[in-house]
Amino acid sequence: MAQLAAFYERMFFIRRFEETLLDLFSLGKLVGTTHTYIGQEANAVGLIDHLDPDRDVIFSNHRCHGHYLAFTDDAFGLLCEVMGKAPGVCGGKGGSQHLCKGNFYSNGVLGSIVPVATGIALAEKKKGTGAVSTVFLGDGTLGEGVTYESLNMASLWQLPVLFVVENNHYAQSTPVELELAGSIAARGAAFGVETAELDTTDVDLIHSAAGQAISRIRETSAPYFLVLNTYRFSPHSKSDDQRDPAEIEERRTRDPLLIAGARLADDERSAIEARCEDRLAEIVEAADAAPAAAPEAA
Amino acid sequence: MTPPPKRGVQALNEALHEIFGRRDDVYLFGEDILDPYGGAFKVTSGLSDAYPDRVITTPISEASLFGVAAGMALRGQRPILEIMFGDFISLGLDQVVNSISKFREMYDDQVTVPMVVRTPMGGRRGYGPTHSQSLEKLLLGIPNICVVAGSECHDLGALLIQAVEDERPVFFIENKLMYGRVLRRPEDGHIAELAVRESDGPYPALTFSGTDFAEASATIVTYGGMLPVVLDAVTELILEHEIFCEVVALSQLLPMELDTVLESVSRTGALVTAEEGTLTGGFGAEIAARVQAAVWSDLRAPVQRVAARDGIIPSARLLEDAMLPSVDDIVAAVSALEGVRS
Repeated sequence: MAQLAAFYERMFFIRRFEETLLDLFSLGKLVGTTHTYIGQEANAVGLIDHLDPDRDVIFSNHRCHGHYLAFTDDAFGLLCEVMGKAPGVCGGKGGSQHLCKGNFYSNGVLGSIVPVATGIALAEKKKGTGAVSTVFLGDGTLGEGVTYESLNMASLWQLPVLFVVENNHYAQSTPVELELAGSIAARGAAFGVETAELDTTDVDLIHSAAGQAISRIRETSAPYFLVLNTYRFSPHSKSDDQRDPAEIEERRTRDPLLIAGARLADDERSAIEARCEDRLAEIVEAADAAPAAAPEAA
Repeated sequence: MTPPPKRGVQALNEALHEIFGRRDDVYLFGEDILDPYGGAFKVTSGLSDAYPDRVITTPISEASLFGVAAGMALRGQRPILEIMFGDFISLGLDQVVNSISKFREMYDDQVTVPMVVRTPMGGRRGYGPTHSQSLEKLLLGIPNICVVAGSECHDLGALLIQAVEDERPVFFIENKLMYGRVLRRPEDGHIAELAVRESDGPYPALTFSGTDFAEASATIVTYGGMLPVVLDAVTELILEHEIFCEVVALSQLLPMELDTVLESVSRTGALVTAEEGTLTGGFGAEIAARVQAAVWSDLRAPVQRVAARDGIIPSARLLEDAMLPSVDDIVAAVSALEGVRS
């Protein structure tokens, strides 16, 4: 029960963080772009609970805020980064898609992160650290050829890579049916990589499956291919959404916050939510007051 | 005692053995690099027998291998990636442009990417349009990488060791003909009849003079496999036309540092650039822009560029010769400079 409460708190915080970013855009306090994780929170929270930020490595993609928060809990550094403020985790140089802190990295070109994560796994294996290198893909990433080159090498060299495919059923505006042939899970199996597929937004089920995957990698030092079928409620980035509202409404009945929240007592849930709102308000206020990232004086 | 003459492939191979012996974080990746084959051009010969855990033969997956090397480098290792033909760097350019060159700066100096990409460039072997190119210019527009191309008069092994020790990502360009040629290092400040100065810095430039650095008619700036062609042209200009030139052979193409070129132009007042890659948007174009901006008043003539024609490199010998820059092209470019005949 304590674990579920902790998961709910992390998921709720990610949800409200991302909603806050969209609000800040409306207020003109953010420029550039962002890709929110709203609806997919159970994946990051359930999976990353098994990773050790001091040892394991994550390489994430353009939709990286949920992974970043679950791994580092550094909401202030992320918000400042997205807002172009000097205390941002990359000094405002990276912005929403290009994060780096400790063992966490993200980059904005789909597919390009997959071979880098494979090289990270090779380095960690050679060093004997026992680290797992986790890389987050989406259904869209499966269109990039380097994904398959990397699966081949990770299997050939038996590298500790966890390939996580978060299939949210849309590559920007294009439904998966128009971008992908064949089975997603079969793609991992074709390279001799142990594969599992889940079709749930229940954080407990994701936590359990991810735990098995990561245990297998730690035992065997071999790669694992984990397909998480999911859905994002928010647009691809900010307001670019032409999906059928009825489809989104139907998916909202399986909101990971509803599923986890229903297992908590009302007062406990309310206390968690209030704590998150307070924490977020403080962070927004501090980030808003922080100085803008600016070139160093000559 | 002067050391025995050494060919390019031998100098590079010895340097690899030296750096592998010195550092246990150096890894080598590439296609067909294992012994007894030892790589398509044999540069890696003997390494996999000596260091089986650190020499990794790979699938034919260049686009990903650049990223694998980047991942190794991010996590504190020193990967060397051999790309069998320089023509194939195009497959890895996404990683170079969007990952390898960007990580350090976009992550606010929290990381470095100390990796080396070794690859042979150049034609004159009849390999045809996709195995003969000199594509260095594709790299010259990418900020935050280093491009190094030694010549047969440089200490090639020292350049390669320096590249592995460099904290930056380094493209190390090797010329195919240089593998088989005997290297010629300066002795008592001379190579053959030419006086030679070597600049300071990790990747030195060599300046050659037929007048012992007194006034001369023109400076020719070049690099890599074009140097012997340029030196042949310089000899012909002296013997048949009594025109004396200085030659600057850069080994660091990027970041572009032209102090040696500007210094030479201050003595000669004219500049010709010579490269084996195609003309448009190339090495010579960038140098011409920088030199005319820096020393316009020293120049008595427009900068001339010698390069390959803008087209493919055909396979047939005579067609390839017609495409690539020749001794005659360099002689003609120098002869055409205003005021070159006194």
